[in-house]
Amino acid sequence: MINSEIQPDIENSRVEINNTAVRPPGFFKKVFGTYNLGDFIFERLTLLFAVLVFLLVILMGYEMYVGSKISIDKFGWSFLTNSVWDPVQEIYGALPIIYGTIVSSFLALVISVPLSIGIAIFLSEVSPGWLEKPLSFLVELLAGIPSVVYGLWGIFVLVPWIRTDVEPFLSEHLGFLPFFRGAPYGFGMLAAVLILAIMILPIVSSISRDILRSVPQSQREAALALGATRWQSTKIVLKDAKSGILGATMLGLGRAVGETMAVTMVIGNRAVISPSLFDPSYTMASVIANEFTEATSEMYLSALIQLALVLFVLTIIINAMAKLLVWSMERKLGTR
Amino acid sequence: MKFQKIISTLFLTVTFSMLAHAQLQLNGAGATFPAVIYSKWFDEYKNATGVQFNYQAIGSGGGIRQISEGTVDFGATDGPMTDQQLSEAKSKRGTEVLHIPTVMGAVVVCYNVPGISKGLNLSGEVLADIFLGKIIYWNDAKIKKDNPKLNLPNKAIVVTHRSDGSGTSFIFTDYLTKVSKNWSAKVGTGTSVNWPVGLGGKGNDGVAGLVKQTEGSIGYVELAYAVKNKILYANMKNKAGNFVEATFQSVSSAAEGAAKNMPADLRVSITDAAGKDSYPISGFTWLLVYKNMKDEAKAKAMVNFLSWSMGKGQSFATDLYYAPLPKAVVKMCEKNINSITANGKKIK
Repeated sequence: MINSEIQPDIENSRVEINNTAVRPPGFFKKVFGTYNLGDFIFERLTLLFAVLVFLLVILMGYEMYVGSKISIDKFGWSFLTNSVWDPVQEIYGALPIIYGTIVSSFLALVISVPLSIGIAIFLSEVSPGWLEKPLSFLVELLAGIPSVVYGLWGIFVLVPWIRTDVEPFLSEHLGFLPFFRGAPYGFGMLAAVLILAIMILPIVSSISRDILRSVPQSQREAALALGATRWQSTKIVLKDAKSGILGATMLGLGRAVGETMAVTMVIGNRAVISPSLFDPSYTMASVIANEFTEATSEMYLSALIQLALVLFVLTIIINAMAKLLVWSMERKLGTR
Repeated sequence: MKFQKIISTLFLTVTFSMLAHAQLQLNGAGATFPAVIYSKWFDEYKNATGVQFNYQAIGSGGGIRQISEGTVDFGATDGPMTDQQLSEAKSKRGTEVLHIPTVMGAVVVCYNVPGISKGLNLSGEVLADIFLGKIIYWNDAKIKKDNPKLNLPNKAIVVTHRSDGSGTSFIFTDYLTKVSKNWSAKVGTGTSVNWPVGLGGKGNDGVAGLVKQTEGSIGYVELAYAVKNKILYANMKNKAGNFVEATFQSVSSAAEGAAKNMPADLRVSITDAAGKDSYPISGFTWLLVYKNMKDEAKAKAMVNFLSWSMGKGQSFATDLYYAPLPKAVVKMCEKNINSITANGKKIK
């Protein structure tokens, strides 16, 4: 009874933490009417660096477009909708490969994000000091392991385990779903999803932890002072950190989409669209890494570069979507 | 790993270019399969003559591209250049590109069938049907016919293949194209093909790993890799109808069988070769050189090295698990090597 009256108060008592960034006055005005040479050079130099990044992205896109011109002219949109990838006949359709990239990354996120947020909350809100340091260190250590090591671990540990335990279990209990049918090879979409989930876990969790920590301590103190439980105060902290956590998730997705080595070692490398997670699949980054060195004909090379272009555009779309989401969330919070 | 390789090659190139100021240096790039023997050759040859060869194993496709663009002094490939590539290179560089076979390799069919340890016999048609997904059980009548003594289990066949583009796949699919009409119509020959069935593994180790781990599986790897890692492989039926085990001798005799009607440019596939002892899934690996070179010192060094590789060089082959060229082929190579010119002038 009392609680339900207090709760809205806690919700409304949040301290404003946005709009704290301070900008130097007259940033652009000063560029011409300068009175301090050091400032002038400093501003121009940083501007130049910022523009360089922009130019680099444009140049990369342009180079890929030029490199894939032959293939774009020949296949057009059918490159995205056709599902035959046949270097011998020189027919290139990337649909199954795009499908494999998106599905494997997305499923990895579905597994990884709840886990990561749990880890982040524990580390920043719950964990006692003596446990937090070594745990954070271990999580960050995971991020430093080279992907080929993950791949080898995948081949020798994860895949045999999936083949002998996970897949038989899944097909026995959930075999009525189309996702868990087929022969248990071990190698395939499921192995790729699991290995990707492990690989993006440290990124998402350590960034989320930093974001949770950056929420001012006064938020928690205010909540606790009003009689909130730890769970209730954590909810308030999470609300503040929401957009940052979303950003962390998108960084994780970015890594999953571009991951090459570990994925190609366990995914089975077959360009097919199959609902079953047991079946092999293929991703764009893997195809490029696998086939680029031996691509002798111009059309083949061009198709591979076009695949890189598709991957590039996909990454831009993902990032743009993330920015939009973060932006709309911040706006909602701001107007409330 | 790749990054480290790049850094170390950069570092090496820089140090060497500083050290070997006056020293003659030839650069090349291409196939990964012969990289081991090439680096041995270049090392031995440098000790003997002081001429430095640099080789970067970036893959056959890269080798062909770089020799056509003129960024290297020589290239290397596991699959011969096509007529179109040759004429393109000629118009770009103003001189022909020659193919010089250096050593031979073979591709073996490895398997993991419970209860079968050694001595599986396979014919080309059966192998093609397996890789087409037409034969799906190990106790299929067609496999049984060639293996009357083996007790083949009623187990599903899991096909594995290379996922990365490679000369190994080229030789393997070239063989299947020759022996099976269905294969040639549906799939064809290439460093990467649209595999009808199966799982892909990256590199010889990737395929070997898949086969080792998966019961009922079949795959293919380089002979050298199989010998080094003691992997079981099948005896293949050759054109003469015999089941032959892959050895350096049976690979060399395949080349001998093919030598009789070899074209003058030495671009030839020796899969499914004639001869009763020939192993049918064999192939050459080639060095790609310009017929006319502009730098006389380099041309001389190239010709001398190639002649050396045909003589003393061949003796290093078997220790490094490559099959040496038979005498008849060496003779044809020497003729082509001696046709190399510097600014139109003969060297030998």
